[in-house]
Amino acid sequence: MKTDHSTAYVRQEDAPLLPPPRNETGIIGWFNQNILNLINDFSGIGAAIRSVLMAVGTLAILYYSAHILWALIDFALIEAVWSDPDELKRVVCTTEIAGGIQHNGWHGACWPLVTAKMKFLIYGAYPAEELWRVNITGLVLITGLVCLMFDRMPYRMHIGISMLTIFPVFAYIMLVGLGDWIGLPYVDTRDWGGVLVTLVVALTGIIASLPLGVVLALGRQSKMPAIRYLCTGFIEFWRGIPLITVLFMASVALPLFLPTGVTIDNLLRALIGVTLFASAYMAEVIRGGLQAIDKGQYEAADALGLGYWKSMRLIILPQALTYVIPGIVNTFIGLFKDTTLVAIIGLFDLLGAAQAAINDAGWSSPVQAITLYLLVATFYFICCFVMSRYSMRLERKLDRSNR
Amino acid sequence: MNFSDLSRLWNDARIRRITIQVVLVALVVFCFWWLISNTSQNLDKLNKSIGFDFLSQNAGFQIAPTLGTWLFSYEVGQSTYWDVYLIGIINTLLVAVLGIIAATVIGFLVGIMRLSNNIIFRSFATVYIELLRNIPLLLQLFFWYFTVLRSLPDKRGKVDLIPGAVSVNLEGLFLPFPIWHSGAGFAGIILLIAVISALYMRAKSRSRQLMTGHPLAIWRITAGIFAAACLMIVVSVGIPMEWSQPTFIETGPILKQGFDKTTAIMIIPEMLAVWFALTLYTAAFIAENVRSGILAVSKGQTEAANALGLSTGQTLRLIVIPQAMRVIVPPLTSQYLNLTKNSSLAVAIAYPELVSIFAGTAMNQVGKEIEMFFMMMVVYLTFSLLTSAFMNWFNHRSKLVER
Repeated sequence: MKTDHSTAYVRQEDAPLLPPPRNETGIIGWFNQNILNLINDFSGIGAAIRSVLMAVGTLAILYYSAHILWALIDFALIEAVWSDPDELKRVVCTTEIAGGIQHNGWHGACWPLVTAKMKFLIYGAYPAEELWRVNITGLVLITGLVCLMFDRMPYRMHIGISMLTIFPVFAYIMLVGLGDWIGLPYVDTRDWGGVLVTLVVALTGIIASLPLGVVLALGRQSKMPAIRYLCTGFIEFWRGIPLITVLFMASVALPLFLPTGVTIDNLLRALIGVTLFASAYMAEVIRGGLQAIDKGQYEAADALGLGYWKSMRLIILPQALTYVIPGIVNTFIGLFKDTTLVAIIGLFDLLGAAQAAINDAGWSSPVQAITLYLLVATFYFICCFVMSRYSMRLERKLDRSNR
Repeated sequence: MNFSDLSRLWNDARIRRITIQVVLVALVVFCFWWLISNTSQNLDKLNKSIGFDFLSQNAGFQIAPTLGTWLFSYEVGQSTYWDVYLIGIINTLLVAVLGIIAATVIGFLVGIMRLSNNIIFRSFATVYIELLRNIPLLLQLFFWYFTVLRSLPDKRGKVDLIPGAVSVNLEGLFLPFPIWHSGAGFAGIILLIAVISALYMRAKSRSRQLMTGHPLAIWRITAGIFAAACLMIVVSVGIPMEWSQPTFIETGPILKQGFDKTTAIMIIPEMLAVWFALTLYTAAFIAENVRSGILAVSKGQTEAANALGLSTGQTLRLIVIPQAMRVIVPPLTSQYLNLTKNSSLAVAIAYPELVSIFAGTAMNQVGKEIEMFFMMMVVYLTFSLLTSAFMNWFNHRSKLVER
């Protein structure tokens, strides 16, 4: 086609690139897109009402968030008492009107209380000269977990397997002890407490429920009706009742079920209850993994002539278990939070220990409870938040949907 | 029968399956028999017997005034343990239903805020969700009960939420109750008729829209029906209801001071704490479900609706929400079940629900562990069966019709 160069209004060259409008870039643009765009539409009555409501809501949230944040900073940092050099105990954290040394109207955190109770909150009443055993166990645990987090760690598989098999035995020997002859005297589990019990309950629950969960999940998928119904019944039973009734049952009714003369201590009862409870949830998570595996994998295993157990062990379970690691981490988060319930049946987990510290009359003050709750909440929040981020990262890494 | 016969039997898949199942069932039966024989031996030794006779005995303990005690007019020494059981169920259901309603509202609000373009709404929702679901429920319950509600004034003081009507102090929340006059029944019937005819008109409008594409002006019709009903009631019987006036006694003997309980409904602080904690905790999980449900509706659906000329409200109401609900409802129901099961944590602050009064106080008095746990399991398993029945029904109904 021939171009007519004589026509005046046909543009010969590209228009110069203009910068984007000022209200769409920089701080102003960001402000427009993120805050103003919902509250500056006054084109009709409905839109105007919505804009005004949005503006009011935004301001209200800003005001109250700032208020709460300031109250928290004021309580935990500015007004807080940090040290108690003269060992005044409750006096240092009470106002003058109640016989303390703080000015009237004072409301701040009582951190010396936390310092004084720190050992109790972490170890419970574990004998002081044996604390090194708990520390070493904890150190091994942390080292193992850190090693597992890195993808390129050599022998990662071996570390993982030994964390699931050797470590529990090691931890048992270290924490319970073997007797005086080897330098590891027995420590009664009644003396355990604080973070120690929280971790013992949560980790035992998750590690012991893993093999049980695999068996139950396979059973629920089984072609044999008797096995399927038994497993489904077991899983639905434990999932249908609240953990607290499981713990009550474990602490009250379990001794009745055992042969006369057999006694088991309180912690073990709770552990049995928690494990059975967790295994039902674990089974459902693993079943999700089994169902997510392509049917072709089952058929390929059959075509290779592998029997049921071999095809499960070599083909299906390795894939299914890798696939459900995020789900297992999420179950662990739930279990970790649920361990607080053992406080109700009289074990001193972190929350139970905090509750005991709150009832200590030596430190009695109006800020005693809230200081300890703040501490425990921070502990749980950090642990659970980090774990949930880790599981989200894993989920993204393992996501095979867009391959 | 020689060895080769045996191996032939073992290699016959059908016979092998039957053998395995028979052996497994026998094993399970043996385990149960073992547990039962242990239990009966233990019970013999304790001179206890199995039986439900205790249900007709009179219960000799106080229960804090709640909906359950009011419904069954509970009196110490008069009411039976069967009454205690029913009161427990009613109180569990009460807090569960109130919690479900409030958690749904808050959860949907926060979930939608999480997707807002407004950064303040979005970050508020994110912080809310992350904070509340990463802190154990029991700790949140303790926080509400032992710090927030304990800081209220005692029974001789009060904080007015709605002056003259709703107030709160350490004894609980005081609400006015409705007093019905003669004609209330008539008014109720008229309102019922109005509701039925409004529903009828709605169905008619929908079928007309399907036939002709033009709906009736349904909002105007509904408003008209209710206005007519109200007019009829007012003209014929006046307003047949008034609210009681909660009276607060400030003078006289100290023990008589405080709210006159015959003039107001008292809601005990334990109930409030359980309700707050359950609601806010579950709402965080519901918000995440709502968010992922809305995100699961593909953007093409919204764009197609825009192309058809639907308004924003219509797009949400007719296109996005119905499709999002298909994803939201199954996890939502399991959150409802979780909330109901979690209401058992109320035992920690002695709100008189099933676990607290039946498995707690009553069991300590009667000592019928096996029977009482059994009765308690029945309740929770019924809830859980009902929930899964509903979920199956919903999944079946909302399944995509594929051609």
